[in-house]
Amino acid sequence: MSEKASFRSNGGVRGWLGRQPVWVRWLVILVAAVAAYMLPYIGDVPVIGPQIVTEGIDWPSALFNMSYYVLLALGLNVVVGYAGLLDLGYVGFFAVGAYGTALLTSPDSILYEDTGWKWLMAVPAALILTMIAGVILGWPTLRLRGDYLAIVTLGFAEIIRIVATSTDVLRGDRGFASIPHPPGSWGGEPIFGVTDAIPYFWLGLTVIILVILGVRNLDRSRVGRSWLAIREDEEAAEVMGVRTFKYKLWAFAIGAFIGGLGGVLFAGEQSFINSQTFVLQFSILVLAGVVMGGSGNMAGAILGGVLISYIPDRLRGLSVGDTDLYEYRFALFGAVIIIIMVLRPQGLIPSRRRAMELKDREKEVAPQ
Amino acid sequence: MDFSGLIDNFGPLTVTGLAQGAIIALFALGYTLVYGVLRLINFAHSEVFLLGTYACLFAWGLFGLDQNSATPAVGPMLLYMVVGLIAAIVVSGAAALTVEFVAYRPLRRRNAPPLAFLITAIGASLFISEVAGVLTHRNQTGVPPIIQARPVFTIGDTTVTNLQLLIIVLALVMMFVLDRFINGSRLGRGVRAVAQNPDSAALMGVNKSRVIALVFLLGGLMAGIAAVMYDLKIGVTRYDAGFLLGIDAFTAAVLGGIGNLRGALLGGLLLGVLQNYAAGLFGSQWLHAASFVLLVVILLFRPTGLLGESLGRARA
Repeated sequence: MSEKASFRSNGGVRGWLGRQPVWVRWLVILVAAVAAYMLPYIGDVPVIGPQIVTEGIDWPSALFNMSYYVLLALGLNVVVGYAGLLDLGYVGFFAVGAYGTALLTSPDSILYEDTGWKWLMAVPAALILTMIAGVILGWPTLRLRGDYLAIVTLGFAEIIRIVATSTDVLRGDRGFASIPHPPGSWGGEPIFGVTDAIPYFWLGLTVIILVILGVRNLDRSRVGRSWLAIREDEEAAEVMGVRTFKYKLWAFAIGAFIGGLGGVLFAGEQSFINSQTFVLQFSILVLAGVVMGGSGNMAGAILGGVLISYIPDRLRGLSVGDTDLYEYRFALFGAVIIIIMVLRPQGLIPSRRRAMELKDREKEVAPQ
Repeated sequence: MDFSGLIDNFGPLTVTGLAQGAIIALFALGYTLVYGVLRLINFAHSEVFLLGTYACLFAWGLFGLDQNSATPAVGPMLLYMVVGLIAAIVVSGAAALTVEFVAYRPLRRRNAPPLAFLITAIGASLFISEVAGVLTHRNQTGVPPIIQARPVFTIGDTTVTNLQLLIIVLALVMMFVLDRFINGSRLGRGVRAVAQNPDSAALMGVNKSRVIALVFLLGGLMAGIAAVMYDLKIGVTRYDAGFLLGIDAFTAAVLGGIGNLRGALLGGLLLGVLQNYAAGLFGSQWLHAASFVLLVVILLFRPTGLLGESLGRARA
């Protein structure tokens, strides 16, 4: 335990939680999870509620949007935060997941005659497809270092978008309509209908919790330690016998898998996708969320995912004088990003392990 | 695949590609200079270029020119060109310096991790392009016809217009001047020293902050010139023009070897020409896909670009 104590803090909320008995920890986590499931009704809470759920927001939809942004942030956090690989084209995997679902289930698809699957049947197939996409992208490119990898991943996302725009099979702007919703009914009514977004949020939240559990276990396993070593010093890791290429490929495939999950959920809720959905700005936004929240830390990634989706929504219906702030939402969002990063360069909830590393690095560099 | 289309139009495609590539190369210099010194991708550089395209239009607007004006005579035309270039250079240079002061310098003082710089630059880029988008109602803005494109000379069946010639020559001249500046002047020696080893350069009395500001300024100036050329060649500008061409410019910088000035020129010209060939061969919607495939293939064989990364290391 002693080597772990070196990067676990004793102070703060996390320090306190770490000192409690196991049952208290689980209780706190359980209460937090239940609170998260109750989020759709936060508008009814006096005083705080109306501040969060303003009149302009369609709160259930906003929550669902948050859930897939958080999912993407968690996935990108594995790639950028844990393995330290800069991925500027993460939206590509989101697109592959969504298009995989659409191809297998939508009546507009050329495969529909043969497949015409329900949403749930398409999920595993679409996820396998995204993981394959992650490996195909990673195999030739993961030998590249740092910023070269960044531009190649950016190119990958652009190629996917261009293919989606320009090929007949993927239908370009016309897109795929009538993608089926997730299955299930309650008292004769389908649970996942057209009007109510709350069940989709609950579904998204459940997926998020499963992903958090899975990634947390990975991070504390041999795989996670290898990622840490690669992120800190790839040469040193290689010398110490870490098979860097293999673990980088793992990070890519897992990141792709989680991104694909986001895409599958998105397609199931929207039931329509076209090539306009998957613009490059989207992956840059998610990256900003991860780093803003605190890369390498899942709590940070979740906070970042919430912020990138909530800040623009919160500005809906607000105005200063005659200026409608909603129109300037992304401009204001850009300004907020700069302010947050300047004030907290390590992110809002920094990873303690990374904070230690940065302190270490400070000692090496001459002051400027 | 349209091989006969490519072969029939080989000459014109090459010339258009060179002109396009010259603009990309000037634009790419900003990425390469900043990367060479700071080892960071300056994401906001695309918006430095964008502001240049608008500044030049604004200056021409002051003369009462808009997209429906008649083409001016030679005398006024020269005046307009000089004024437009000065406006774009001043605004782009100032924008680049502002980005350095707002998004980079505060982080450098706090010794932030490299990703933080990338994100503040993304924030700055988002801010500028979105404000431009709202102010122009996300419509494109037309450019007044300052230069009437007319053929200057013909090689075989390929005609070269005065505009294409101007763009290519201006880009080459600017590249030469910048190359001499970095490799021949005292200030340029400082830039190379910081690129090579920031700490030793600081110990040798090079003012690192000033060098970094200089590098941003130089990138901004080049982007300003590229912006005017872009306005003249394309004829319209839009709030996302910087972002879209920025991807090309960054690709070109990486292709030639990021951090390497001559690499940016080579990468830009090569990319411009090959994009046009790809457009002739597969149709114009595949233009960007082709450039990324090319990039991946080249990086597989030369992982640091065609000429290698070397603002400081190379003697030349």
